[in-house]
Amino acid sequence: MNGVAARFARRPLAVVSLGYLLLVVAVTLFAGRIAPYPPDRQDLGAALTGPSRAHLLGAGELGRDVLSRMIYGGRATLLAVLVTMVVFTLAGVPAGILAGYRGGRFDRFVLTSADLMFAIPVMIVLLVVLAIFPNNEVAAMAVSGLLGAPGLARVVRSATLGVREELYVRAAVASGLRDTVILRRHVLPRVTGTILVQVSMFGAGAVLLETGLGFLGLGTTAASWGNLVGEASRNLGTLPWLLIPSGVLIITVILAINLVGDGLRDALAERQNGVTTGTRRPARTPPAASTPDDTPPAPDALLEVRDLTVTLPIDGVPTEVIGGVSFDLRPGEALGIVGESGCGKTVTASALLGLLPPGAAITRGGVRFRDTDLTRASAAQARRIRGGAIGWISQDPIAGLDPSFTAGAQVAEAVRLHTGCGRREARRKALDLLERVRLTDPPRVYRSYPHQLSGGMAQRVGIAAALAGDPALLIADEPTTALDVTVQAEILDLLRELRRAGTAIVLITHDWGVLADLCDTAVVMYAGQVVERAPVAAMVAAPVHPYTGALLRSDPHHAVRGEPLPVLAGAVPAPADRPTGCHFQNRCPRVTDGCRDRPIAIRPLPEGDRTARCARIGAI
Amino acid sequence: MIRIVLRRLAVAIPVLLLVSLITFVLADLVPGDAARSILGANATDAQVTALTEQLGLNRPLPVRYGSWLAAALHGDLGTSIFTGEPVSRAMLDRFPATVSLIAGAVLLAGLLGAGLGIASALRGGWLGRAVDVIALLGMAVPGFWFALVLVTLFAVRLPLFPATGYTPFTDSPVGWFESLVLPVLTLGIPAAAPVAKQTRDGVLTELGRPYVHVLRARGVPERLVILKHVLRNAAAPVVTVLGIVVVVLLGGTVLAESVFVVPGLGGLAVSATAAHDIPTIQAIAVLFTVIVMVVNLLIEMVYAMVNPKVRT
Repeated sequence: MNGVAARFARRPLAVVSLGYLLLVVAVTLFAGRIAPYPPDRQDLGAALTGPSRAHLLGAGELGRDVLSRMIYGGRATLLAVLVTMVVFTLAGVPAGILAGYRGGRFDRFVLTSADLMFAIPVMIVLLVVLAIFPNNEVAAMAVSGLLGAPGLARVVRSATLGVREELYVRAAVASGLRDTVILRRHVLPRVTGTILVQVSMFGAGAVLLETGLGFLGLGTTAASWGNLVGEASRNLGTLPWLLIPSGVLIITVILAINLVGDGLRDALAERQNGVTTGTRRPARTPPAASTPDDTPPAPDALLEVRDLTVTLPIDGVPTEVIGGVSFDLRPGEALGIVGESGCGKTVTASALLGLLPPGAAITRGGVRFRDTDLTRASAAQARRIRGGAIGWISQDPIAGLDPSFTAGAQVAEAVRLHTGCGRREARRKALDLLERVRLTDPPRVYRSYPHQLSGGMAQRVGIAAALAGDPALLIADEPTTALDVTVQAEILDLLRELRRAGTAIVLITHDWGVLADLCDTAVVMYAGQVVERAPVAAMVAAPVHPYTGALLRSDPHHAVRGEPLPVLAGAVPAPADRPTGCHFQNRCPRVTDGCRDRPIAIRPLPEGDRTARCARIGAI
Repeated sequence: MIRIVLRRLAVAIPVLLLVSLITFVLADLVPGDAARSILGANATDAQVTALTEQLGLNRPLPVRYGSWLAAALHGDLGTSIFTGEPVSRAMLDRFPATVSLIAGAVLLAGLLGAGLGIASALRGGWLGRAVDVIALLGMAVPGFWFALVLVTLFAVRLPLFPATGYTPFTDSPVGWFESLVLPVLTLGIPAAAPVAKQTRDGVLTELGRPYVHVLRARGVPERLVILKHVLRNAAAPVVTVLGIVVVVLLGGTVLAESVFVVPGLGGLAVSATAAHDIPTIQAIAVLFTVIVMVVNLLIEMVYAMVNPKVRT
């Protein structure tokens, strides 16, 4: 709990709230010394008057001092709330811990009673109690704690379940420690935070409940906060002021309890995630921009990506995520973009459609498709091209479909958008498309919801929808990563078939096998830059950039039996941490001082149709 | 769908038995004489004996409960010890006012909450913070206090609406509407907070899902992405929250009907409690539980309609 306490202390709002609550409790405890009058002292001359020197917050019925009644009223109100919280905790926590630790029949009992309790109108049950025990507020509040306990038990149960599965607890069980010891030493400390949060939230509700009962005149007959509001309501016409002191007190106390609870919850979440929310890293200066790539475009290109540079705000500073990306694609060609995660492959693919994440900006270069500059196209123009001449195939086939609509409805929606045909016609065309992607029973798939499809089937549906606008170019973002190996091969066959029919393909992948299978050209990306671009066969045979070489060597397809698979040590630097000079310098076996000083430009190689971004090309 | 109804019934019956039993057991738990405790110290022995007889406290608990249950199954929920009227009659008379109130409040909470939630999810910024503040205040401001503030402002200072009372719809639709405005605001505005929060979280979660990116990449106009796809998927959990809101509102009617002197079930419950009218309060507890059950069932059916994973 220590870590949580320290994290809680860093939240000013929560600390102030806790301080306020402690102050209210202290004032209540010492009511006799602090309050200017006894709670029932009458001053008939001052009855129902606003604030004055004698009565700082005014006087109510019979001239009783409002401030004093608020101070004394805290006794009844806070006692009732305390009773509620104690009953709630004592009934809920042991039940929850036991249910989570033991499971079995008791666990089912706790869960079922939590379900049942949600259906009970608590307020009415409390009225029943008060009808039988007149004005016995403590009894009523205890019952409310009891009714809430199964809810607490359920939360504690799932927290306990989580702790029980952790290694050190399982080790403690295996080493034969007694259950009571394990529960007290290992489980209880870990679920205390969760319990505190729940109890504080329930306490806030208890204040509302107690004051409500007091207001109705069903609660205690002594001074209490709720009774004060009840008194105010009887005198609304004469002295509406009476609403203010009691109302402000009740609202601020409940707010404070909630804020303490929120603070606890956030402090807990932080400890579990190990991240600090709410505090900001100091502002950074953006790292140096990349050097432009001005390779001349191919004259007959379908897609021309030139010097594409995209920034994203990271800690509020626009940071280059991809820089100077260039490549061309002729009609019917297939190009693969390869690299580790975090190298900018997906950002590049999204930029090809003009669909960048919020806050992203294209700061240099652009994407031309046929005669349209996609990065500067109007929204309507871009929409016609997206899903029309350019189709997109997603990485996660099932999550790529809207779970609320049938597969067929989604393909038909795409058909209608891009052909403008009617419903009946769209349905027919959608069924044709499902047939075209080699689904075995198109009418059944048409009627199926995404959760009823296998990954492979869902990916075929996704491809069918991408084909709705009869695209000249398909962009596939790791289309087979989420699929089984056999299904992968089938989807690749389908893509190859589409290629033969004349569709150009941009394939994002980290699988050399898939790339070599399907593509003519390979583009290797590292930390936001293109580091090498070459015909696939030439690249695989003789990689030029050290990163390409390392990627190829660590490809499991080339593994030699009996020898360990070479692994590329280190990790791709995050966009904010990319070094000046060559981005690969920290992982490169051939690095020299020349690699570190200045950004490395991408250069054409003598053997033609190849480029690479390495300062040591001649030396290797 | 039938499975859902059956499963709900399987929960409903034990809960109803539990709630009715609680009310009987409580009367037995009173130390000494329950009737004397109810009537207070000043009651004569004759009064105590009469009440003991009327409540059947001289018979053993199982017998008493059994006969109540048998009568209840025939629609006889007992007789008020205060008015001498059959309890079922009193409840029937007061049903329309409470239903009007709750329906209005749910409608307001749903529309206001969904509107605020969607707006804050799509626009963010100050609207997002406004939802947070409203949610925090909605938890902290006591409903009865808020009601009194509304009365002071819009009935006493600015006499726009009646401060108290209820006009049945059949008497005057306009009067009915006017008499409901303040109580519905009292109950509906705080109830909008959880709806707004769930709507915002739901819309933001859905916007981050892969299918939204795919739909955009497919050229689906943003308006359709939001209205047809995102909202549809964000709706299911909001429906669940609305169900919880109804249960909370049922408790809220107890306070709201007292402030606004609405002749509904909540007000009846309070006066029955004050008068220690046990048969009436018992019957109301059972009726409220039935209402909660029915609402939960409806919610689950709507949920199943929105969510194909539950339906198929």
